[in-house]
Amino acid sequence: MSKNKESLINQLTQKPWEPAQAKVDNLHEGKTFNLHVGKIGLRYIMVVSTIMFCLFIVTYGDRMVYDDWVRMPEPFLLWINTLLLVISSFVFIRIQLASKKNNFEKARRELFFIGILAVLFLIGQLLVWQDLVQAGYYVSGSPANGYFYVFTTLHGFHLLGGLVYWVMTINKVWKLENIIIRKAKHTIELCAIYWHFLLAVWIVLFGLMLFS
Amino acid sequence: MIVALLVILVTIGSVIFHMWSPWWWSEIASNWQGMDDTILLTFWITGAVFVAIGLFMAYCIWKYKYNKNNKADYEPENSKLEWALTILTTIGVIALLAPGLIVWNNFVTVPKGAYEIEVVGQQWYWMYRLPGKDGVLGTTDIKNINDDNPFGLNTDDPHSIDDVLIDADDLHLLKDQVVKLNLRALDVLHDFYVPQFRAKMDMVPGMITYYWFTPIKTGTFEILCAEYCGTGHYSMLGYVIVDEEEDYNEWLSEQMTFEEVLASNGKSDLIKLALNKKNDL
Amino acid sequence: MAADSYDDVAKNKDSIPELEVAPQDLYHAKSFWTKYIFCQDAKVIGIQYALTAAAIGMVGLVSSWLMRMQIAFPGVIPMDPAAYYQLVTMHGMIMVVYLLTALFLGGFGNYLIPLMVGARDMVFPYVNMISFWVFFLAVVILAASYFVPGGPTGAGWTLYPPQAITSGTPGGDGLGIVLMLVSLAVFVIGFTMGGLNYVITILQARTRGMTLMRLPLTVWGIFTATVLALFAFPALFVAGIMMTLDNMLGTSFFMPAIVEFGERLSYDGGSPILFQHLFWFFGHPEVYIVALPAFGIVSDLISVHARKNIFGYRMMVWAIVIIGALSFVVWAHHMYVAGMNPWFGFFFATTTLIIAIPTAIKVYNWVLTLWRGNIKLTIPMLFSIAFIITFVNGGLTGLFLGNVAVDVPLSDTYFVVAHFHMVMGIAPVLVILGSIYHWFPLITGRFLNEKLGRIHFWVTFIGSYSIYFPMHYLGFMGVTRRYFEVFEGDNFTYSITGINQFITVAALITGAAQFVFFYNIITSSKFGKKAGKNPWKACSLEWQTADVPPTHGNFGKELPVVYRWAYDYSVPGADQDYITQDTPPSDVANARAEQT
Repeated sequence: MSKNKESLINQLTQKPWEPAQAKVDNLHEGKTFNLHVGKIGLRYIMVVSTIMFCLFIVTYGDRMVYDDWVRMPEPFLLWINTLLLVISSFVFIRIQLASKKNNFEKARRELFFIGILAVLFLIGQLLVWQDLVQAGYYVSGSPANGYFYVFTTLHGFHLLGGLVYWVMTINKVWKLENIIIRKAKHTIELCAIYWHFLLAVWIVLFGLMLFS
Repeated sequence: MIVALLVILVTIGSVIFHMWSPWWWSEIASNWQGMDDTILLTFWITGAVFVAIGLFMAYCIWKYKYNKNNKADYEPENSKLEWALTILTTIGVIALLAPGLIVWNNFVTVPKGAYEIEVVGQQWYWMYRLPGKDGVLGTTDIKNINDDNPFGLNTDDPHSIDDVLIDADDLHLLKDQVVKLNLRALDVLHDFYVPQFRAKMDMVPGMITYYWFTPIKTGTFEILCAEYCGTGHYSMLGYVIVDEEEDYNEWLSEQMTFEEVLASNGKSDLIKLALNKKNDL
Repeated sequence: MAADSYDDVAKNKDSIPELEVAPQDLYHAKSFWTKYIFCQDAKVIGIQYALTAAAIGMVGLVSSWLMRMQIAFPGVIPMDPAAYYQLVTMHGMIMVVYLLTALFLGGFGNYLIPLMVGARDMVFPYVNMISFWVFFLAVVILAASYFVPGGPTGAGWTLYPPQAITSGTPGGDGLGIVLMLVSLAVFVIGFTMGGLNYVITILQARTRGMTLMRLPLTVWGIFTATVLALFAFPALFVAGIMMTLDNMLGTSFFMPAIVEFGERLSYDGGSPILFQHLFWFFGHPEVYIVALPAFGIVSDLISVHARKNIFGYRMMVWAIVIIGALSFVVWAHHMYVAGMNPWFGFFFATTTLIIAIPTAIKVYNWVLTLWRGNIKLTIPMLFSIAFIITFVNGGLTGLFLGNVAVDVPLSDTYFVVAHFHMVMGIAPVLVILGSIYHWFPLITGRFLNEKLGRIHFWVTFIGSYSIYFPMHYLGFMGVTRRYFEVFEGDNFTYSITGINQFITVAALITGAAQFVFFYNIITSSKFGKKAGKNPWKACSLEWQTADVPPTHGNFGKELPVVYRWAYDYSVPGADQDYITQDTPPSDVANARAEQT
């Protein structure tokens, strides 16, 4: 167990050919992190999309400082959509708690609610688009418009991807009598983490557009 | 054996090619001797490393060829040797980098009093603008560009009116005069490059880039576009002619100013506007 | 449903560490379709990647022939400038992204990672399978751009705006550029899925006893390259999306106000240099995404065939990691003369030259591995030696270009072309060829034909060196790259027609030699000499499978247990000159390293 805690620097300075080291190494189980592969996979995906959004934000910051920058209005509807995501995250916390207590009936019920919230959010975003287009804020109008549409689209695609995983999650708890507890808990946890991630991304993007 | 010979052949062959190659840079015609010197220094250092590694490898291949009665050494690492090599390499790298940075510092620091010339690139030819009698280039805006005003000069800028415009003709420079080229592109990226001057810089639409040099040899030099700019990239050529003072002045007197260009196009009202502004100054 | 394989694999690997590595619940192919087409076995996926990459690589190879014909013998193959620039662009893009990246990570990565770390398969086989088909889709989209009106894009592989999406560039105002960008975006998505597998398999699915420092350098190279890709590819994706929007919807992310052929376009306020920053933030690590796996693989080839442990293994690992990290702070050395703030030059020249140090260490250690070795001059060894020469050559010319002041006269000339072909074209390709000769006996159970192989080697090495070494000198003369017609400058010291013709002939011969190689692969896979188990007497795990070629699940009934690092060659006192990684200490009681 102790060797798993060994720091990366320590691991990378070992001399694997030395007999003393070999004796230690022979007991190694072959894992670097004491984590489930699914969880690492999810982190990997979150890191990649964080990098992607960061790069967008960097270019946004670069463009913003020019004096021809024109701000986008923030329709009130955006606040409601944000609220929907906050509620989703809150509901997911409840789901996590429920699944921890093996209360999958409740978890399933609330998972449905998540789906409804997500669809409402997407519809809300489309309505925002519609309003803005009607008000004459086309994507090619100004750089700020361009970024707004790019950000909302990409975030929307991430949510759609999340909905695919949400379907799998619901599937795991579909029939209460067939639930494999460990799998269900695992999937629910991953799904919840992803939803919190989506909220965080949205808050950053929304805040960026709001305060620039 | 053959393989060891091959390695030697490639190593030594490269050196021989380098020494006897007739393909080499043409004589420098600007003040950037420092760039050539840095290249030569880099050649000496990297060449020595290349030959050393090549010959040592050839030696190893020849000396330690497989023999089933032999056994290779068992030596996982040798910290002393590795650190020594690392430090040696670091010294070499510093020896390369330091002169390079000094030359670069010169390159990006334009001397005061440099004669400013504007070079405009567009698909697929060059235009030039000299500051005229007042010695200042007028400001431009891409929105002003039309058939009468190919440079997009601001007609209400008093400095514009005496600017000398050279549209798709050769550029003349005065020998030994420090010039700063202000580079502008109207459509896509271009790059104003004369091999004998060594220097180059991309021209980027939407911004003004620059570099400076001093022509030190008279003669006619070919301009190449060095940044890919579309189908006609390879034909975007031109000439720079470096003159002694007399020839230069003669050429300059034959060129048209913005005022004359506008007049010849029948835009005299614009000229008046600009002249009035100039008198206000 | 994806979840099946995903969770089945994960099932026995929960957070409680278990001493015994539990067997994976393997996916089993039932029909032809699931066995060869939509297969989830990493080995099959690796071969699928390799074949697809090789197929599209042929297009890249033929493109280079046509280009060289135009440069040296204009008129023999009639073409207009637009066609020439399309060839240049597609050659570059195909070779860098669709051939080299896909082959090293998708091909070698998939085939070798599970075998070398002692896993039965990748951790997410289903995602892995999807990854290949997304890559395949990217290749199909790329190929489709040849058939749209206006043809593929001719914007150069760097796709710099504004030129990439304006009408002065072939394919710029048509579908060519759009398909290129879409194909790249799809490639990035596919690759991210693949990378997910490579990284997590290496981190979490190693067999018992396989510590990080017992991994063969091949795995280290592929691992670091994948991590780089994970950080770098999003930049390409972002740049691609923004440029697509500029092109399709008229946004102005990268497009400033421009006047094109006398007509003012509606763009305003975008920054072309921003694209270059994004592109090279991807583009420079991309160089190392290709180079690091080559570094790793060649280390293993040299070690096996010199019968000696790789010299300075720890230094080699650190060098790979340091190079990977540094590769993210050197990108703007591609932009010294691009019009960015000139003060950046100081920073990026310094970082660039610093990266030369760990790279040089790698070279020293390869050569020092040969020193006091017991060198078998097999074909993989020959290719490795050739790699060292070309890599040293190309690496040293990098010191010219990285040193900002020297770059000024040399950038955008043939010196650059020669440099990057030597260092990231020829050198990695030599490693690929060498490693195919090395692992072919594992993949098919047969050797490649020795005679054809030697002919292939000599022609490829001498030929490619003859192409690129003289080319540097064109750069010194100031011959600019991407010129449709050879430019004979008035003041050149010597005519360049002859040297260009020489280069073209060398290129044609070297290219033709690759068809000998393909012929060799096809015939030898059927009629080649049988190889048997572990024909090169290598230590690493991929050769210790129960069956050769390894079957589904890789390692018979039980996973191997690892007792040593991957380089126990010529251990003093041992009976043989190699001890495989899964040999328990008791079997080699005489080996001196074990007794002390």
